[in-house]
Amino acid sequence: MRDIPAIDVIHATAELCRKANYELPDDVVQALERASRREQSPLGRTILKSILQNASIASEGSYPICQDCGVATFFVELGSDVRIEGMTLEQALTEGTRKGYAEHYLRNSIVSDPMRRENTGDNTPPSIHTRLVEGDKIRILFMPKGSGSENMSSVEMLSPSDGLEGVKKTVIECVEKAGAKPCPPIIVGVGIGGTFDKCAELAKLALFRDIGSKHPEPFYDKLERQLLKDINSLGIGPLGFGGTVTAFAVHIKAAPCHIASLPVAVNLQCHAARRAEIVL
Amino acid sequence: MSEPKRIATPLVEEVIAGLRAGDECLISGELIGARDQAHKLLFDMIQAGEELPFDLSGAVIYYVGPTPARPGRVIGAAGPTTSSRMDPFTPALLEKGLKGMIGKGQRSAEVQDAIVKHRAVYFAAPGGLGAYLASRIVSATVIFGEEFGPEAIRRLVVEDLPVIVVNDIYGGDAYVSGKRQYSRQS
Repeated sequence: MRDIPAIDVIHATAELCRKANYELPDDVVQALERASRREQSPLGRTILKSILQNASIASEGSYPICQDCGVATFFVELGSDVRIEGMTLEQALTEGTRKGYAEHYLRNSIVSDPMRRENTGDNTPPSIHTRLVEGDKIRILFMPKGSGSENMSSVEMLSPSDGLEGVKKTVIECVEKAGAKPCPPIIVGVGIGGTFDKCAELAKLALFRDIGSKHPEPFYDKLERQLLKDINSLGIGPLGFGGTVTAFAVHIKAAPCHIASLPVAVNLQCHAARRAEIVL
Repeated sequence: MSEPKRIATPLVEEVIAGLRAGDECLISGELIGARDQAHKLLFDMIQAGEELPFDLSGAVIYYVGPTPARPGRVIGAAGPTTSSRMDPFTPALLEKGLKGMIGKGQRSAEVQDAIVKHRAVYFAAPGGLGAYLASRIVSATVIFGEEFGPEAIRRLVVEDLPVIVVNDIYGGDAYVSGKRQYSRQS
């Protein structure tokens, strides 16, 4: 059994909060660069160049990429041979979030109760998904998930007979209805199968994949390409002002499901597709 | 593309009448920064017949909830938030003389009708460009609702804030026309 002091997890978490909010990942920057060459709308190209300029200003460290520093969302792979000394994983991630958001001038966007809506003042609690894996390491994926795109996401419980067409329709309708609101160009995370709750988790996890990476299964690779083509034919374009780049990528994650079910979740991610990762 | 139009707040009828959906503009002057909780509060005050904490005539509201300012800075990242959440409260504010709104994303049919009726304009600032837009804000003061944190009402002074006209007084909608131009659906 390996012991990791809680303070190490707290420091690592705070650094993830800083890094993700100030430094746009390389694959996202490259996707923006490609889009700014490929986009047919002149206004769209101008917007894409401003987005790149924004990322460059943020990387200097005075202002975060976006004022919506989001829900602190963690996907953790916790090795079964590692123990956090002095705190639970949840406590350490919560404390790290509190520290990271305060020290790096990030916005507190969480209310303690959905009906009475009082700001918690420290952006906690975070949203934590944990999976126990083999080994003595802790892998932490972090995403400050903004609500502009989150609010435009959806879960549909389709019937198995709706099939591939039903899935495509669900994804396309979600993106079309969202229009300008989720700050396109977007990444479209799609969870197919599982259960009502599982498919939503898969859709979110799908947003962590590198833009430009291929789905390992040819069946889903093909579906991702078809969906991306259809989405980019909608005409929504950069920030919704019309254009040929509405999405950078469609990322699908599928899971086994009940014989009577075909759950489909669509989780949208804005162009400020911030994320960071660390292995302890 | 043509050169952006330079406009100043408070917005006057002659300026509003000259704006068309799709126009790129640079706004300078005073804005009111207000978002969800502030809108609910202002709406409730109007319903109760109370006096508002600031004058709405000719005013422009920016739907913004900035990050905290670092020492020596005026404000933190300060891009627009999604406007549609303010839709239920907006017609009442337009009736009180509000002339401009800056946010992002499409508005409800009710708001679009109210924009035409009350001769106002809805602009979009580029969403997700919080760091870029912060440099256009030259002063920021909380004037009401300090307890709302990022949702407090602020008086902002901006210089050349880049925006695009979405909804004009002629019923134009830049999102609808832009999408139509590039849609390749069969």
